[in-house]
Amino acid sequence: MSSIEETIKKLEQKTKIIRSYIIKMLAEAGSGHPGGSLSAVEIVTALYFHVMNIKPEEPYWPDRDRFVLSKGHAAPVLYAALAEKGFFPVEELWKLRKTGAMLQGHPDMKGTPGVEISTGSLGQGLSAANGMALAARLDGRKSRIYVLLGDGEVEEGQVWEAAMAAAYYKLDNLMVFVDHNHLQIDGHVEEVMSPEPLKDKFNAFGWHVVEIDGHNLEEIIQAVETAKGIKGKPTVAIAETIKGKGVSFMENQVDWHGKAPSREQMKKALEELGGVLDA
Amino acid sequence: MRKEKMATRDAYGKTLIELGRQNRDIVVLDADLSKSTRTEYFAKEFPERFFNVGIAEQNLMGIAAGLAASGKIPFASTFAVFATGRAYDQVRNTIAYPGLNVKIAASHAGITVGEDGASHQTFEDISLMRGLPGMTVIVPADAVETRFAVKKAAEVKGPVYIRLGRPKVPVIFDETDYSFELGKGIILREGKDATIFATGIMVSRALEAADVLADKDVDVKVVNIHTIKPIDEDLIIRCAKQTGAVVTAEEHSIIGGLGSAVSEVLAENYPVVIKRIGIQDEFGMSGDAGELLVHYKLTSKDIVEGVESCLKMKKAL
Repeated sequence: MSSIEETIKKLEQKTKIIRSYIIKMLAEAGSGHPGGSLSAVEIVTALYFHVMNIKPEEPYWPDRDRFVLSKGHAAPVLYAALAEKGFFPVEELWKLRKTGAMLQGHPDMKGTPGVEISTGSLGQGLSAANGMALAARLDGRKSRIYVLLGDGEVEEGQVWEAAMAAAYYKLDNLMVFVDHNHLQIDGHVEEVMSPEPLKDKFNAFGWHVVEIDGHNLEEIIQAVETAKGIKGKPTVAIAETIKGKGVSFMENQVDWHGKAPSREQMKKALEELGGVLDA
Repeated sequence: MRKEKMATRDAYGKTLIELGRQNRDIVVLDADLSKSTRTEYFAKEFPERFFNVGIAEQNLMGIAAGLAASGKIPFASTFAVFATGRAYDQVRNTIAYPGLNVKIAASHAGITVGEDGASHQTFEDISLMRGLPGMTVIVPADAVETRFAVKKAAEVKGPVYIRLGRPKVPVIFDETDYSFELGKGIILREGKDATIFATGIMVSRALEAADVLADKDVDVKVVNIHTIKPIDEDLIIRCAKQTGAVVTAEEHSIIGGLGSAVSEVLAENYPVVIKRIGIQDEFGMSGDAGELLVHYKLTSKDIVEGVESCLKMKKAL
């Protein structure tokens, strides 16, 4: 096996663990957002377990790469990755959304190691990422900033203020993934308020745009490598994804945007995910 | 009071240069109002540390948050109405909730914006910022106090809102014997009949009112409350105990600002008669700043009348 094949195989195994964590923590919590967490698993897994230069034992290491989960409701995918990476004990996952627990319904940077910025009110993460990218440049650090936007989230005007600024400031240390799963709470993104044509919009805003399969780890990693080589402009990867990916009864179902699985549904989902985690 | 006049925004702009020379982590952001907010002074000396994000206040606050999350000390400036209103959710969720070290220094607060009218005059900014957990709120009374307040804001960790004004206002304090203590009011004049708690441009007016009242044999204490949050509870209670009557004066709505803060403290600790001088529950309008201050009853004469009505209430108790 070539080294990339081995890498992909290891990452694929990680995605099963991450998905299983997501399902179990949401079932334990009794509320939360599975659909948009599951659609972003490959992107987040590739970033945390292959791409990013981070030190879980030193979460505030100044030269680290940073990940901004702008679509904050997908907190479970971030928490799963952080726990698996060792930023905090996996047991914290089972206390998600509980009174007094560390893991809040939406990411809270103040209380959670590894969370780079508090998000939840949509459309704000890219602005903060711009600030991080500017700070890295001012300090002469090699840090790279990665952002995950939702395809419904880009309906927020602030995203485009930030997109304009990132290109104006030539932030080539910044890379965005759009989790293009085509669903938002009230239905199909294209029907509620279409952001299309997304590619043309980002192009017009001065970004380097790549289109990838957001569930293909190799394509994600390749997009990151491409972005590293693009000078003088930020890169966006529009990642075609399936909301609820990996759990048969959740895939492409708008109702699974913000609903937790029951115990029975959790068991079924964990089985489908290869039984890497006990119910 | 000296004869000299200077706008608090001018003092802010000059102080930023001082800070910029002392600390490389100071960065300044503006949203296409750098000439008005005076951040252009900093921009000229430190262009690499100045970010004009254009007419995009939401992005302004978000970028400031990201810079702060990476260890910078950002001062984000625009008009007060936009900083606190247009970008309220960004200030709330991305700055205040995580407690990020962003300094929001907003100019053109209050009715003295003048001719631009109601869309640009905010009387609710203190209220909005005061309601945010962990947000420090400072309203300097003059240029000297502004300089000290801005330097203090850069020193303390966490979000700070500094309210600045457009017009030239009297310089009250002497730089050589002024000291700024965050959260501590300053007694400017002793008196036994009533206390005037004033903030911002109303401090100099309160001092004028005290002179007028002295001629009428009314002896009032004047206290400068430059920090609205955290409010100086001890001093407010002590003054209320000493004088038994309180008047508040602010270039802000009587809802949610200094008047509310003082009333809250006294209602829970030492109820006395209170009269709030400020803008009533209404929007502003275009006009000359001086004329608007008269129209909205924010003159020393209005403070005098406030004290007199307060003393009448006190007597009737």
